[in-house]
Amino acid sequence: MREDTRNMERNRRLLMERSAPGRIGVALPALDVPLQPLPSEEQLRDYLELPEVSEGEVVRYFTSLSQMNFSVDTNFYPLGSCTMKYNPKINDEVAGFPGFSQIHPLQPEETVQGALKLAFQLQGFMSEIVGMEATSLATMAGAQGELAGMLMIRAYHRSHGDESRRTVLVPDSAHGTNPASAAMCGFHVVSIPSDARGNMDVDALREACDSETAGLMLTLPNTLGLFDTNILEICRVVHEAGGLVYGDGANMNAMLGQTKLGELGFDVLHINLHKTFSTPHGGGGPGAGPVSANSILAPFLASPVIEKVTASDSDEEVYRLAEPEQSIGKTAAFHGNFGMLVRAYTYIRGLGAEGLREISDNAVINANYILNALKDYYHLPYDRSCMHEVVFSAKTQKVVGVSALDVAKRLIDYGIHPPTMYFPLIVEEALMIEPTETESKETLDYFIQVMKDIAMEANEDAQVLKDAPHYTPNSRLDEARAARRPDLRWKPSED
Amino acid sequence: MHQARLSSPYVPNTDIDRQAMLNAIGVESMEALFADIPEGYARPYLDLPAPLSELELRRELQALSDLNLTPGRVPCFLGGGAYQHYIPAVVAHVISRGELATAYTPYQPEVSQGTLQAIYEFQSLVCQVMGMEVANSGMYDGATALAEAALMACRITGKRRIAVLDTVSPTYLSVMKTYTEPQGLEIYNVNSASLHVEDDSACVIVQHPNSYGYLEKLEVLGRMAHERNALLVVSTDAVFLGMFRSPGESGADIAVAEGQPLGVALSYGGPYVGLFTCKTEFLRQMPGRIVGKTIDTHGRDGYVLTLQTREQHIRRERATSNICTSEALIGTAVVAYLACMGKVGLRHIAELTYHKAHYAASIISQIPGYSLPIDGTFFQEFVVQCPITSEEVNRSLLKEGIIGGVDVSDRIPNGLLLCVTEMNTRQEIEDLVETLTRIAQSCK
Repeated sequence: MREDTRNMERNRRLLMERSAPGRIGVALPALDVPLQPLPSEEQLRDYLELPEVSEGEVVRYFTSLSQMNFSVDTNFYPLGSCTMKYNPKINDEVAGFPGFSQIHPLQPEETVQGALKLAFQLQGFMSEIVGMEATSLATMAGAQGELAGMLMIRAYHRSHGDESRRTVLVPDSAHGTNPASAAMCGFHVVSIPSDARGNMDVDALREACDSETAGLMLTLPNTLGLFDTNILEICRVVHEAGGLVYGDGANMNAMLGQTKLGELGFDVLHINLHKTFSTPHGGGGPGAGPVSANSILAPFLASPVIEKVTASDSDEEVYRLAEPEQSIGKTAAFHGNFGMLVRAYTYIRGLGAEGLREISDNAVINANYILNALKDYYHLPYDRSCMHEVVFSAKTQKVVGVSALDVAKRLIDYGIHPPTMYFPLIVEEALMIEPTETESKETLDYFIQVMKDIAMEANEDAQVLKDAPHYTPNSRLDEARAARRPDLRWKPSED
Repeated sequence: MHQARLSSPYVPNTDIDRQAMLNAIGVESMEALFADIPEGYARPYLDLPAPLSELELRRELQALSDLNLTPGRVPCFLGGGAYQHYIPAVVAHVISRGELATAYTPYQPEVSQGTLQAIYEFQSLVCQVMGMEVANSGMYDGATALAEAALMACRITGKRRIAVLDTVSPTYLSVMKTYTEPQGLEIYNVNSASLHVEDDSACVIVQHPNSYGYLEKLEVLGRMAHERNALLVVSTDAVFLGMFRSPGESGADIAVAEGQPLGVALSYGGPYVGLFTCKTEFLRQMPGRIVGKTIDTHGRDGYVLTLQTREQHIRRERATSNICTSEALIGTAVVAYLACMGKVGLRHIAELTYHKAHYAASIISQIPGYSLPIDGTFFQEFVVQCPITSEEVNRSLLKEGIIGGVDVSDRIPNGLLLCVTEMNTRQEIEDLVETLTRIAQSCK
């Protein structure tokens, strides 16, 4: 909808710019107890400026904000490494049931048996899906799961009196959180190159492994969207050196019911519920990053885990919070992002084993369909069948002065969210495309046609790509200026 | 009657679609696409319960939900880091909008102005509430925000010891240990009576109000920290700040809080959002995402993620943190809450909470056998010393349909931490008092 610019500017006013003394957005209750003596004046606050707006204004403001977003509910999101799949509405609805959304984290265990039972069963589902011994749901995001997993590896070596293992190996295709998480555990990070087929270079790995190796962090399929065909050998090499293998579960959407990472040789991994298990991304959280471990690392899982015991006074089964024997400790104030756990539980219960396998089947077929349709138009650095995502390079387009960024921004004009760009770092002008299983063939065909059209535009009218996007509330934004002159908040005017 | 097995409603591909796609790809079967998985490891059996229809899901989840005792349907006096406050209907409406809930991290600013502007509002309002100069876009929760604050103070000062006041929540302390110990940083305890802080401390960490509900002497602690070139790090409560002096006004260098009390459902402990603020001079050592205002190629105002060179996706192992999320949707709930409440509302909720908590404390302290062992100013939580163990008191309360308080008897003999907010009616408070009275009488 085209609008007069004045209306657009009005829509973008900040809350403080809509504020007028005397307005309020909710009717407040009255005090029903006698007034109590107040503390001394100097402890009290004399000034706190907050917006004063009516309820209708709040709703209209957020509605207009929402209309400036792309989202899975409104647009195709072929965003590699992020699994932007459809988020089922029943999941959100049940997470809002008062028995889940209104319970306090410190309630006596006997008053939250339903919540604990759900979490206990979800632990079991996770362990079963990835082929591990046990799962902790306490970690609140993928990166926090990585941190916990690497702390577990550290704690394991220390429990064996081995403090010399200070090195963590990370492939050069890894996501930035991997080395960042390892560094937060005090590890020294060594990068391992990839080979010409997009697998890890096993010779380089062998050379890097020694008595200081704490472990390897690996995403499977890797960030190129490829299943590393040397996976058994990789795990063997690391284990023979005395190290452990950490799995980054970012790409689990390709693996459901296809293989179990625990059986392949991974010792511990995190799972992103907001990717594989369909909880909404929320514009950057909340997510959840449960961690599953095999029998040697399970005692080190983050606290708490949920256990099932038989009550002493009856045959009744009861669920309770417990701390694993050699736990790395707590990673959250309470028990993790429970609201997201309810959604993931509902998702798995709705699908069952066959439904989960069907997800990966269709995610992989969709990605390969795109790979095949576009490989004559965009450079394909690794010409082999992919898993759930495919990485192209815009280096052919680069020759005529069009970058991956330009291609991505032009997609916006066609109502498609840009793919992940310039990642993994080892692919020049990378465009990483993950269609997911929730998109129809018609949508994929539309996307393929648009990508072909853009490839043609790159040759014929490069400027239209460079100026893209054309129809969004903002054209390309000056990021250098934002960093040079940080304006990070509304401030009261000086006068 | 239709009997064949359909695909799940989340997968649109039909058998015909799949066959057409396999033909286009040039493979015989689906299995061929998974040929890279080593033999013997492919297509394992998954031992999971049979799938449910949406109708059955709703029933099963309703049944699990019904097994829980829900505060609001029964009186509840729990606090300890998560607090019951009224959430206006608008808040749930806003965060259930698909355009906000199902959007990705706003790395592509042209299609994410809604999320970005909401985060800029979040940073703005969090700065206002905390009385601080800059805020990031949010951490996982209050505990991890405090742990990251400790790490940040060590980076800024180059020192490796962290002084923590002994009134800080034991849970927050344990999360802080998980984060700091692997980096070789040392946490030591500062006795709140003697207040002895070592010169080699990177920061002094204070919870205000503390884990017993009482206010600390921030100005004194700030002076003490600053004399030793250490930072004052304050963990506070957001609703408390509707009424009481802010950490910014009291000299805090870094101030954090749990965002949950500002319109976020209790949800058994998460998802919440950690509020994280500091002085401008420390901006480049902040963890997490930050949104900034800029202009587009047509000179129009807009928002982008900024100062990203601090972050993991650019700086990798040299990043300020590995955090890759900002709990953006929960942050949006906080903004919607503060927008509804506004200047008058937040203060009013804080005052309702204060007066009700003090009313409860004053009448409980008059029951024979019960006393308030701590002197000082409190806001919504206070410790009651019971005539019998706190565990027994809580159990007896629960028998009467009341969820009692947090058992702090490991730190204060027979100590029960009670929390009262605007959600507790006068009737609930008086029922609590009556039940406590009966409990004391029956144990004589």
